[in-house]
Amino acid sequence: MNSAISTTRRPRSTPAVPASPFPYHPGSLLSILDLSVEDVGRLLIRATELESEDAIVRDRILAKRRIALLFYESSTRTRTSFELACKALGADTTLVSNLSSSIEKGESLKDTGLTLRALGAEAIILRHNSSGAAWLLEESTRLPVINAGDGMHEHPTQALLDLRTILAHLRPGVAGVAPDTLAGVTVMITGDILHSRVARSNMLLLPRAGARVLLCGPKELLPEQAARPGTGIEIERDFDAALKQSEVVMMLRIQAERLAGLQLDLDEYKANYQLTGQRLAAHAPKAIVLHPGPIIRGLEITAGVADGAQSAILEQVTNGLAIRMAVMERALTTDRGDRA
Amino acid sequence: MTALAICGGRLVDPAAGIDAAKDLLLKDGRVAEVAGPGKLKGKNGVEVLNATGLVVTPGLIDIHVHLREPGQGYKETIATGTAAAAAGGFTGVAAMPNTTPVNDSPEITRWMQAGERGAAVRVFPIAAATRGSKGDTLSDYAALKAAGAVAVSDDGRPILKDGVMRESLAAAARVGLTVIQHAEDTRMTQGASMNLGPMSFKLGLRGMAAESESAIVERDIRLVAELRDSHPHLHVAHTSTAAAVAAVRQARRNGLRVTCEVAPHHFLLTDEHVGFYNTHAKMCPPLRSTADRDAMIEGILDGVVDAIATDHAPHAMHEKEVEFELAPNGITGLETSLGLSLRWLHSEWKIPLGRVLSLMSAQPAALLGLKGRGTLTAGSYADVLVFDPTAEWTYRATESKSKAKNTPFDGWPMQGKVRWTVSEGRVAYAGG
Repeated sequence: MNSAISTTRRPRSTPAVPASPFPYHPGSLLSILDLSVEDVGRLLIRATELESEDAIVRDRILAKRRIALLFYESSTRTRTSFELACKALGADTTLVSNLSSSIEKGESLKDTGLTLRALGAEAIILRHNSSGAAWLLEESTRLPVINAGDGMHEHPTQALLDLRTILAHLRPGVAGVAPDTLAGVTVMITGDILHSRVARSNMLLLPRAGARVLLCGPKELLPEQAARPGTGIEIERDFDAALKQSEVVMMLRIQAERLAGLQLDLDEYKANYQLTGQRLAAHAPKAIVLHPGPIIRGLEITAGVADGAQSAILEQVTNGLAIRMAVMERALTTDRGDRA
Repeated sequence: MTALAICGGRLVDPAAGIDAAKDLLLKDGRVAEVAGPGKLKGKNGVEVLNATGLVVTPGLIDIHVHLREPGQGYKETIATGTAAAAAGGFTGVAAMPNTTPVNDSPEITRWMQAGERGAAVRVFPIAAATRGSKGDTLSDYAALKAAGAVAVSDDGRPILKDGVMRESLAAAARVGLTVIQHAEDTRMTQGASMNLGPMSFKLGLRGMAAESESAIVERDIRLVAELRDSHPHLHVAHTSTAAAVAAVRQARRNGLRVTCEVAPHHFLLTDEHVGFYNTHAKMCPPLRSTADRDAMIEGILDGVVDAIATDHAPHAMHEKEVEFELAPNGITGLETSLGLSLRWLHSEWKIPLGRVLSLMSAQPAALLGLKGRGTLTAGSYADVLVFDPTAEWTYRATESKSKAKNTPFDGWPMQGKVRWTVSEGRVAYAGG
């Protein structure tokens, strides 16, 4: 390689990098970065309030408001909990999925969004296989858009429900969230980080609440640049060494549908990164175990650990319902106006 | 018969070594006379363009554009694309062959240059290097050259097979054509939609490694070296990575005929400009890292870059208003190239005006062997750009002469306003 590689010989003014290109709806939740730490705290408090609210009172909060669930990917947890959350607040929901709609005939995301808006949808919850799709939908419809997972990019409500689960175990009784709430806590995320929107959203949220995030996995699934998005994020490739340091152990599924030709030796993967009861007992006997689901028993996690005493996997699912109630209330009760 | 005088301006003709007050007389599509101010002999009764306070320079030449005809007239036509070219100060554009059908034949090559296309400025077809740009069988270079092709390329569908690329370089050398390679090892870039790096990780998009470009550039240079006795000319299109520029620099030191171009977006923008999935910042090669972008500037400063070329790639709005991964590659560039180059290369980074203009006219003309272009000495083609070098203005995509509006430079400040573009003696564009 010759000299051209290191060319920053002298500082030079260059065009500025663009900020957010358009002020989007203040009720939208496209990225977890749309929420300040205070916003997150308010949502978590509201989630708790809504959860314990009288069902009749709760039913009036979004009575007869129309919410569309637009799903380009299959989903169990996210779809059902969003739908139940909307219904718990009294809203009418409709589900449009790519396999049973005009999307199959080639209708674009923009046109699908405009159609839903013309039918009276006041907010759209979008799950899409393409990163960034939520931005396109928001720009096209100018409705509150809730990102329920976009490709390999983000899944902000998952990060919120993960935070709620972590707080319930490690900071019981703490209501709001501050930059030091999780000071001294290490959360390890193990597995297919490269393809994981859950990992990305958690990496953008947990350090802001004071946690240290430790990423763990083989190079193919965890590139070096993953640690660069922010401070408080580190890479530890040795699974056992990472376990020893962690209060929270988050496991991720290998996303076979997104591997795109990547060859992975699953036996080797299991040997190095499978969370077994033995490993957990040896290195992190007090840690809580999280998994965004779907879990593949016997691959990234053993059945014993998934069903074991340290597992908070089903609590995560339950927390999803409360969080999504708060997020949908925010979506439809925040007035339009440029975000501060 | 038709004559036009351009008087009172500052003539900047780098190829002729002129930067001085001169008047020009254009007659029958050629430069008839270059004289000191007020000294033109044959200008009686001739229409005069008053260039006082303006720069008069050879018309710009863009050796990398997509005019979309035949076959994709909904994106752009030869008429609209060349109207945009004229508005941007260009008097000649070299059109890539990825049309429908692919321009791999003398018939299409001639069709593109026919008067019925309504071109505002000269179109120089670049023909497909292989039949159908499929990368298997060479097209007929001699016949294509006779029909007016100025180079061969499978732009967008790089020639991956070593044997075919070697044959192409050898065959092109025999007839005196340049082989232009879009350097991308597409086996490494499947499913990728931006540069590979921290930004692609952050956005959750699959990335193209810089090596996918440099690997092909290095392979091609090896082939040129093996064939050096037959003097092939390899031109690397839209260079975007530090490693590719370094490879070209080394090849030149080794005495090989290897040239390269850089697009304004690659010397100005980085992958951070993808921002929030802006499909107007999606092109191939993609916007790269800051180090790569800086290497483009260095390459321009130290002379390894031979030409500024826009890779003008118009698309219909509905094609770009889709998910980032699904959007087609490419941005328009003809109307913003001069304004950005003057604003940044000249004013900001202090490259002399003559050198910037040379990168946009004399050098690209020489690179493709366009005789009588890129200079305004007597007898040359009367391809002239007259512009106000200090005027600052804002580019508005909605006012574009192109059919397409897919540009990341909408609303950007520009420097240097085109007053007249004269193509072979005829005013092709008159600006305010």
